[in-house]
Amino acid sequence: MASLPTTAADIAAAVSSGTVTASEVLEKHLAAIAARETDVHAFNLITADAARQHAARIDADIADGKPVGALAGVPLALKDNMCTRGIETTCSSRILEGWKPPYDATVVQRLRDAGAIMVGKTNLDEFAMGSSTENSAFGPTKNPLDLSRVPGGSSGGSAAAVAARFSAVSLGSDTGGSIRQPAALCGVVGVKPTYGLVSRYGLVAFASSLDQIGPFATTVHDAALVTEVIAGHDSMDSTSIPQPAPNLRSAVGQGVARMRIGRVTDLPGGAEPEVMKRLDDAFEALAAAGAEIVDVTLPSIEYALTAYYLIAPAEASSNLARYDGVRYGLRAPASEVNAMYGATRAAGFGDEVKRRIMLGTYALSAGYFDAYYGKALKVRRLIADDFDRAYTQVDAIITPTSPMVAFAFGDKVEDPMAMYLCDVYTIPSNLAGHPAMSVPFGTGAHKLPVGIQIMAPALGEVPMFRVAGALESAARGLK
Amino acid sequence: MSDMLLHNGWELVVGLEVHVELATKTKLFSGSPNRFGDEPNTNIDPVTLGLPGALPVLNQHAVELAMRIGIALNCTVQPSTFHRKNYFYPDMPKAYQISQYDQPLNVDGFLMLPGEVRIGVERAHLEEDTGKSTHIGGATGRIHGSEYSLIDFNRAGVPLVEIVSRPDIRTSEQARQYVTELRAILLAVGASDAKMEEGSMRVDANVSVRKPGDELGTRCEIKNVNSVRAVGRAIDYEARRQIDMLENGDRVRQETRHWDDGEGRTHTLRVKEDADDYRYFLEPDLVPLAPSAEWVQSIKDNMPPLPAARRAQLSAITGASQESEAVIVIVERGQDDYIHAVVAAGGDASKALVFVQQAFADETAQPRVPAKDIAMLTVMERDGKITSTQSKTLLAEIVANGGGDAVALAAAKGFEALDNSAAEKMVDDVIAAQPEAWAKYCAGEEKAMGALVGAIMKLSEGKADGKVVTAIFNARRNA
Repeated sequence: MASLPTTAADIAAAVSSGTVTASEVLEKHLAAIAARETDVHAFNLITADAARQHAARIDADIADGKPVGALAGVPLALKDNMCTRGIETTCSSRILEGWKPPYDATVVQRLRDAGAIMVGKTNLDEFAMGSSTENSAFGPTKNPLDLSRVPGGSSGGSAAAVAARFSAVSLGSDTGGSIRQPAALCGVVGVKPTYGLVSRYGLVAFASSLDQIGPFATTVHDAALVTEVIAGHDSMDSTSIPQPAPNLRSAVGQGVARMRIGRVTDLPGGAEPEVMKRLDDAFEALAAAGAEIVDVTLPSIEYALTAYYLIAPAEASSNLARYDGVRYGLRAPASEVNAMYGATRAAGFGDEVKRRIMLGTYALSAGYFDAYYGKALKVRRLIADDFDRAYTQVDAIITPTSPMVAFAFGDKVEDPMAMYLCDVYTIPSNLAGHPAMSVPFGTGAHKLPVGIQIMAPALGEVPMFRVAGALESAARGLK
Repeated sequence: MSDMLLHNGWELVVGLEVHVELATKTKLFSGSPNRFGDEPNTNIDPVTLGLPGALPVLNQHAVELAMRIGIALNCTVQPSTFHRKNYFYPDMPKAYQISQYDQPLNVDGFLMLPGEVRIGVERAHLEEDTGKSTHIGGATGRIHGSEYSLIDFNRAGVPLVEIVSRPDIRTSEQARQYVTELRAILLAVGASDAKMEEGSMRVDANVSVRKPGDELGTRCEIKNVNSVRAVGRAIDYEARRQIDMLENGDRVRQETRHWDDGEGRTHTLRVKEDADDYRYFLEPDLVPLAPSAEWVQSIKDNMPPLPAARRAQLSAITGASQESEAVIVIVERGQDDYIHAVVAAGGDASKALVFVQQAFADETAQPRVPAKDIAMLTVMERDGKITSTQSKTLLAEIVANGGGDAVALAAAKGFEALDNSAAEKMVDDVIAAQPEAWAKYCAGEEKAMGALVGAIMKLSEGKADGKVVTAIFNARRNA
């Protein structure tokens, strides 16, 4: 068993060529789950039986000489806010507990078509609202690197699943950093593609104008591979960009010679010194690899967090209004319909979700709209303008992904503002709709992993993956 | 304009909001059928039910029909956006309605009423319909006091255009004319079947009164007006109610009122203070709708002739007034083309108008009888070859058989009109045979004519033309 391939690319190559079977690969991952899942709690649901059947079908297809996809036999974990036909999809919320969607999300269909094997649905902060996975109604996920610490969030289960090798790759969703921050805290690669590059059809909405699906992987090349499989136009999503998926794997090894990399001179402070040290190391490594480091300013991003915490809750207050007990999910008994709405939502939603629904409802209310939501939209425009100016000077920008390494359970859960600050570096890309990703780059305090964020302009995935590949190479030489 | 004033010099001010369901095959944002009368909850899908993760995709045909309505109402078609209108109601699956708010598709049009009365059209915008609730138990059929409610989501997501008039309507008769003419336009452009009784055309009336020259009075919105007749009755009732209040020194309260057609009165549905704050914001799941100039132009180029133009044309060839019932009805049924075909086949236009109005009342659009057959019949009657009574008989037979040669049919039945000399001889014979009746008639007893004409009919076996015979009797009396 020791000789089995570990990366998605190697697994798919080996399975396709018949060197190993999908079933063997799957069993190794199921064994890892059996050994550690009780401690880690990455999953809301483990679909071992369906996975075994799927693996057997792929092995049979290969034995029959039938063509298989780019992810043939690759074990995959799926954040539990993506619809899977006939398989419970909860968003880690009591209000959706037991709900089985009658349809598959577009990404689920594409991954299955490519031969990926779903091993389970992963835990998240309820409705993807949080940065530690402590807001799950089903209990927190633990960081596989240190079980006393959070994995980050909201896609903490998907990050932990890859970090613990429960699956080769996984999918998360990123509204303000929910892929990149847990990737950084768990020491894996996480990608938030350009808004519209990956279909949102079947992703349970948190904040529709910000949400984007992306992969977790152990290598930049695997992240590129999965992004290629899930990207490309989908007629079921009106905001889907009408063009095919880009070729990203070829970008990974291209190097950064003569690329211009931005250093943000007015970056919001507050990051741990060890994290900032790694950022300096990253610039040094990129310069050594032939990139030019250029100072840029992004004056409006100091308002990004504030704008985000008006826009995202505003959209969420509307998106989550459908959980009313009428058609599916939880229904609390009551004597009449308005009381039923109240009782259902009081019982079904956790505190953070309620907090954001109230915040968003207020921000959209008559008399407050212009001062809050309206102003936040203006800030969003200003941030996009800042980036547009910066990208006339540089091809990509790097920052820390998270101001801090993985923190202990309970550290921030009583202080929402402290928790919100986890996303200070990741939120601007969501507001601008730009791609961004996190690559592990050495360790910080407590020998815990640090992630470097690479940002690029809209549809700038190719330069982004070039930088990511260079950082991944350089990270191997770090002390 | 004094004839437009109500008693004691009050002036009525009415604006109408008309919702029409578009005649598309599928819903506004999904592929489910848009079909009335199916088994409840059969025309549904994840989008219609607002299931988590489902996303709207705009139906291009609905946009085209909406533009046809706008163009027919002389509106400007402009770039537009969709908003979410947030409120909780059990038959609203997402707890928000996707509608157009501050940037509607069609703006600034008008509709002409008889007598060159111009009613402004403020806007005509696209939105989705809600499901339909049926409240079981309780006295009122409303949700409050009912035991339980059933919801049919077949109607949810059906495309609607809401046409909002300016408050330019000054009489209940104008309101009826507006609704009638709007309905004729909708049918003519094929945008809707516009059946008020099935709810595919729904009228709300904003009614207020004032003294001429004063500011607009406080308005009440009247709902549940389900026929053209009810439009007039509801407005008349509501105007009287408001005038009575004002003359008693009371103030009109701004509220939504329900028209009870059985009782012939309106009563309070909800007062303004209860109004929801809809928290409108731009729908992030859709992109702006900006029809290209080429698209708008191609719709303009392919617009069918509108009812007003068709009535003018029909009036010109038949000699009947544009406002005559026959002309209005024929255009509404879409049978004016058929009359043009009858005329083209050599038929008599004014007789064709009468024949088609009588014989094809149950049919819409083109009758299946060959136009040449009707043409021949009109000519036979016009030329006095058959009487009007005989032609009615032949018309019924031709319609029943889906066609027929009028000359051959008349010959087979022995139908022929008496020529004038034969008729004159018969008149003289009857005068001789019935001296008493003739004397009474000559003494001015007009009803004696009945016996005289009856005698002629008996004598001629129905071949005499009643009008011709009456004229001969008159001529004899006046001689």
